[in-house]
Amino acid sequence: MSTPLRDTLSEPSIYLPTAATIADVRAVGKREKVFTFELPKGLSLAHQPGQFVELSILGVGEAPISISSSPSRSNGTFELCVRKAGDLTGVLHTLKAGDTVGVRGPFGRGFPIERFRGKDMLFAPGGLGLAPLRSLINQVLDERGNFGRVIIAYGARDPGELLFKDELERWAERSDVELHLTVDRGDETWSGPVGVITTLFPKIEVHARNTVAVTVGPPVMYRFVLMELLGKGLSEGNIWLSLERRMKCGVGKCGHCQINHLYACQSGPSFSYAEIKHLGEAL
Amino acid sequence: MSFKVIPKAALPDWIEQMRRSQRVVGPKPLHGQHVFGEIHGAAEIDLDYPTTVIPPKKYLFPQQEDLLTYKLDGSAPSVVQDAEPTVVLGLHTCDLHALHLLDRVFEKTHVDQPYMARRAKTTLVSIECLRPCMSHSFCKSMGTLSVTDGFDLHLTDLGDDYGVDVGTPKGAALLDGLKGVREATGDDRQRVNRIMTEKWPRFPLRLEFDVTELPSLLSVSYDSKLWDELGERCLACAMCTNVCPTCYCFNVADEVELTLTAGKRYRVWDSCQLDKFATVADGHNFRAKRGARQRHRFFRKGKYQTDAFGLLGCVGCGRCAQACLVDITPVDTWNELHRPATEGTKEAAA
Ligand SMILES: Cc1cc2nc3c(=O)[nH]c(=O)nc-3n(C[C@H](O)[C@H](O)[C@H](O)COP(=O)(O)OP(=O)(O)OC[C@H]3O[C@@H](n4cnc5c(N)ncnc54)[C@H](O)[C@@H]3O)c2cc1C
Ligand code: SF4
Ligand code: SF4
Repeated sequence: MSTPLRDTLSEPSIYLPTAATIADVRAVGKREKVFTFELPKGLSLAHQPGQFVELSILGVGEAPISISSSPSRSNGTFELCVRKAGDLTGVLHTLKAGDTVGVRGPFGRGFPIERFRGKDMLFAPGGLGLAPLRSLINQVLDERGNFGRVIIAYGARDPGELLFKDELERWAERSDVELHLTVDRGDETWSGPVGVITTLFPKIEVHARNTVAVTVGPPVMYRFVLMELLGKGLSEGNIWLSLERRMKCGVGKCGHCQINHLYACQSGPSFSYAEIKHLGEAL
Repeated sequence: MSFKVIPKAALPDWIEQMRRSQRVVGPKPLHGQHVFGEIHGAAEIDLDYPTTVIPPKKYLFPQQEDLLTYKLDGSAPSVVQDAEPTVVLGLHTCDLHALHLLDRVFEKTHVDQPYMARRAKTTLVSIECLRPCMSHSFCKSMGTLSVTDGFDLHLTDLGDDYGVDVGTPKGAALLDGLKGVREATGDDRQRVNRIMTEKWPRFPLRLEFDVTELPSLLSVSYDSKLWDELGERCLACAMCTNVCPTCYCFNVADEVELTLTAGKRYRVWDSCQLDKFATVADGHNFRAKRGARQRHRFFRKGKYQTDAFGLLGCVGCGRCAQACLVDITPVDTWNELHRPATEGTKEAAA
């Protein structure tokens, strides 16, 4: 019935953040900034694309934030792309290079990139979903030869909400990347397609049996994107997504992120559709 | 390990002896109910208590607990380490079973040091219940009416004496040097056996099915209309989770001193029954309906925890049923889920 307890008290507390110094801040959207962080000497985040950290500001609190940089470009630093949404993110947006915050992590399960190698990749980020997906996209581009086609179908509310415009331009110029952009509402600066992200899919031909799709975006988007992807004949195990939930601890204790029996911070946030389709609380 | 006997008359000495090196907490009367609180002398403790409002889990997982303290001058935060050596004297077997679950939860994968630090400094002295504590309890149905291990010492009331099952060296150490303690004789063992045999029929079985069927019953009850019915009645007040010995969900928050020079990060009990528990920053609530939250609660108690940790998430203490103003209870809920299935089978057979 009961098992002897391990000696665990010599380990550092899982609630103690490590100091990380802001090396650079740049705006990448109307409400979004990318922060580059440096960890103390000798430490590296050693993350997988799709994992997150708990970002901590003493006196304010903590929030889960996906790691936006790819492990292939870490160089002792990592990047978070943060939208100003409330208390913690609001204070973070006032910080500058040289300021220090805390991080715990990396936490959660990332995307299983080893299973994606050799496949055609279809990335479908919506809005802020590009922030976490950028980590995987850049990892794939940095080992481009290991993958088949790379297709990116990105939708945002309006042209001003398209994130990482410099990177979008570079991707657009590459002959080995097929980039499709759309916005829900256009404006005078916009000459591209107008419509929700799913309007891009009819234009994209895929070889369903050899394609892995990875989609990250707001909850409402998933239903429609999933319908399109399944309609194209992709298998449920080859469709991956990231599920956002309220999280307070990041380590499978506090209960907030539970999706039926699964803790999103432990079993996810990256899931294949096959893993979650039978869970009533997933989508 | 071994079986000993302490005369009840030795209780004052025993408490005094334990208090020399650590805090002793136990059940004591308060405003017509019982609560776990510090025991300064034998006159304060009531080991023959029915149940307590809040379970003794609060000594391992306090309602509010500081995780970090810090200065707002850029220096590193410090981890709060305030666990006190404590003897929990007189916890009932349901509450002991609940701590087995919490041990697994807080030790698994990422070790939760605040819990483990308190756990390492706590000695658990449980006591056998000889009569049902209240009409709402259903420990016998949940298999928590007794214990075989997991305690440091386990007491059985033998009238003038306590029979003492010694579970661990830590438990044995509590008895070192105490006058009046003796090894149990064959006679004492017979007394215990008789008391155990006599106690069993006093406790009713309140589930209408065997509890080992509970996880599978729930797995076919996800779409039951009962959840919406419970959702209509539930007040989302969170009393049920607040008094539960196996609930451990929490919120984390920061608090800055008025001087704005220092602060702390603490955790505080939270509840899946509260409206905003699963709301994310853009306002989307993943469990907006009370019915969905009740379903989540009863699935955690009867299935999810079993799947994850191999132990049921409910120990049948009955506290939530006692606390709920609209009479939502695990027994009624699970029996109700079981009933239509059985009737359906009967009809199909007829
Ligand atoms: C795995 C994961 C990855 C994420 N990745 C990113 C990312 O890469 N970039 C990014 O910008 N965001 C990301 N997020 C979202 C981010 O965590 C939230 O935006 C963040 O928690 C907001 O924190 P805050 O303190 O700034 O906001 P808060 O002050 O917590 O408030 C945000 C909003 O929620 C409401 N709110 C907050 N608390 C409550 C409550 N108790 N009850 C009711 N309403 C409440 C507030 O009213 C406010 O409108 C991610 C989330 C998860 C789970
Ligand atoms: S105590 Fe009763 S009314 Fe309150 S949240 Fe629990 S079930 Fe609902
Ligand atoms: S669910 Fe109710 S009966 Fe079961 S352990 Fe919790 S408080 Fe006790």
